[in-house]
Amino acid sequence: MYAYDEFDRAFLAERVAEFRDQVGRRLSGALSEDEFKPLRLMNGVYLQLHAYMLRIAIPYGTLNAAQLRRMAHVARVYDRGYGHFTTRQNIQFNWIKLEELPEAMAALAEVGVHGIQTSGNCIRNVTTDQWAAATPEECDDPRIWAEILRQYSTLHPEFTYLPRKFKIAVTAAGHDRAAIKVHDVGLRLHRNAAGELGFEVLVGGGLGRTPFVGKSIRDFLPARELLSYIEAIMRVYNQYGRRDNIYKARIKILVHEIGAEEFSKAVEAEWAAIRDGALHLTDEAIAEIRDRFIYPAFETRTDQPAELVDALADPRFATWHRNSVHTHKVPGYSIVTISLKPVGAPPGDATADQMDIIADLAERYGSSEIRVGHEQNLCLPHVAQKDLPALWAALDAAGLATPNVNLVNDIIACPGLDYCALANARAIPVAQEIAKRFADLDRARGVGRLHINISGCINACGHHHVGHIGILGVEKNGQEFYQITLGGRADEHAQLGTLLGPAVSYEQVPGLVEDVVDTYMELRAGPHELFIDTVARLGVEPFKERVYAAH
Amino acid sequence: MAAPQQQKLKVNGPVAVTANRLTDGAVVWRTKAGGWSVELADAAVVTTADDALALLAEAGQRDLDAVGPYVAPVIVDADGALAPGNLRERIRVAGPTFELPH
Repeated sequence: MYAYDEFDRAFLAERVAEFRDQVGRRLSGALSEDEFKPLRLMNGVYLQLHAYMLRIAIPYGTLNAAQLRRMAHVARVYDRGYGHFTTRQNIQFNWIKLEELPEAMAALAEVGVHGIQTSGNCIRNVTTDQWAAATPEECDDPRIWAEILRQYSTLHPEFTYLPRKFKIAVTAAGHDRAAIKVHDVGLRLHRNAAGELGFEVLVGGGLGRTPFVGKSIRDFLPARELLSYIEAIMRVYNQYGRRDNIYKARIKILVHEIGAEEFSKAVEAEWAAIRDGALHLTDEAIAEIRDRFIYPAFETRTDQPAELVDALADPRFATWHRNSVHTHKVPGYSIVTISLKPVGAPPGDATADQMDIIADLAERYGSSEIRVGHEQNLCLPHVAQKDLPALWAALDAAGLATPNVNLVNDIIACPGLDYCALANARAIPVAQEIAKRFADLDRARGVGRLHINISGCINACGHHHVGHIGILGVEKNGQEFYQITLGGRADEHAQLGTLLGPAVSYEQVPGLVEDVVDTYMELRAGPHELFIDTVARLGVEPFKERVYAAH
Repeated sequence: MAAPQQQKLKVNGPVAVTANRLTDGAVVWRTKAGGWSVELADAAVVTTADDALALLAEAGQRDLDAVGPYVAPVIVDADGALAPGNLRERIRVAGPTFELPH
């Protein structure tokens, strides 16, 4: 965990006081809606279909137990008893009253969380691998660098009014769990032949109505040059990015239109002018940030302790363990993913009671630390293996031990037309119906790893372009229809899915997905060929023939 | 698709003016008396673009009670009862189409 200091606390308290004043002036009529709207958006407050929504950033997906417990409190007191974890490591409260927002924000600020820069054309919450500092795959803790970026980008005056919003993701592991290739800037931390730490820098990735996979413009940027290089990118984007058309304003359009090579030249030229300036990160500055991260005092343990071995005799526990428990870098410890996708429930939602239970369990078994992944699941990154049976029993009792992580019913879905003012079609009920088709988890396990992503409109908050099966809701003559893509992926081999065929109706989607899965089961080379690999080997045509013949 | 507030107004049947209440975002409907009600049954219903624009203009004169007014389709049944005219409005009136977490 990163320890915030008095400066951070004072800053948030001032910000809450400022917002309280703004809300008061709006309610009194001193501010018009046109004047107030940009102010509320700067604090993460949206107006949705039937209520205000408060979006709270969870920097690099890391929470402590006190923060999660406070989110439960906000859900219980100011909302309807639940919160929604998003694909950008945020949480959203869907029913907040404007007149109560300052109180809710004050409660959150007391534990160091806020909604600043979760909306608007600024640098948004910097996201990273939810397994940071726990996975043996990584070369460094990526959150160090995300925190440096967070401090740099928070209220940065030059980048408060960018052409459009700007999203940065960082990974330090070979396997990319942060989807860096579909962000405006993706940073892959690695070491060069000399063992020095640096970043591969990708720009121009993104989804939405014009999706692109990011282009690499630098193989190795020395880590201490991170801020000056990011500033050079931001300046080139700020200067040349389009402001005349909201749909052409993201950096991906600029990179696409002038080409990655030209964009890179412009960045390098800008960087040459500023790289030795104030943004050069000294070893002392990096060490200061690094020292503010508090890590668990890991004890000397061995893998597969007797408590775990004994518990594995229970088939339910063993199934959960195989699905939701992952290798930790320290012997005797594990990473635990908590599925927020119980079959038939809205993906990514957690009740206030569940949040409190997870906070308690994190304190008892997980060094008081909780992570949020872009897959809309939670994670306890540091659990002693001997504690896994007790943890599982408590999670299971709370409905939080569904062993479906990375399976066909671990579906990523945006809020869709059930909440969102931008959506054309529903996403959550589609996910629920598909999940029910695969409620038999033995069947889902037989299918293996398969990511379904659903978006209720072209803005793609459900990342449908990079779903193994992507589902995009559209509206035709007042009816909901859904386009299906196959073969997308968000990892280190990121690619966009290929359209399967004509859009189908709301009622047809679950059956069509089931047919796609059945086709895969028939066509796969064997149980070890994943869905995504079968699609890569055969293309979408065999699926199209089979699926549309049936509909 | 653009939000209803951003679309060119087309009136092909009965419509009403709707918005969100300032204090809590609740869905409200413009009434014949020139106020706002959370009950669709209280909504002023018009059937021409000119009347809808007039209702909208009047609703937009004061933004202290409700925000983001726009024209929404409604259905009037044989008894004169009102219902939302499309899925978006049905969801605004009745809430999400699935059981909320509890």
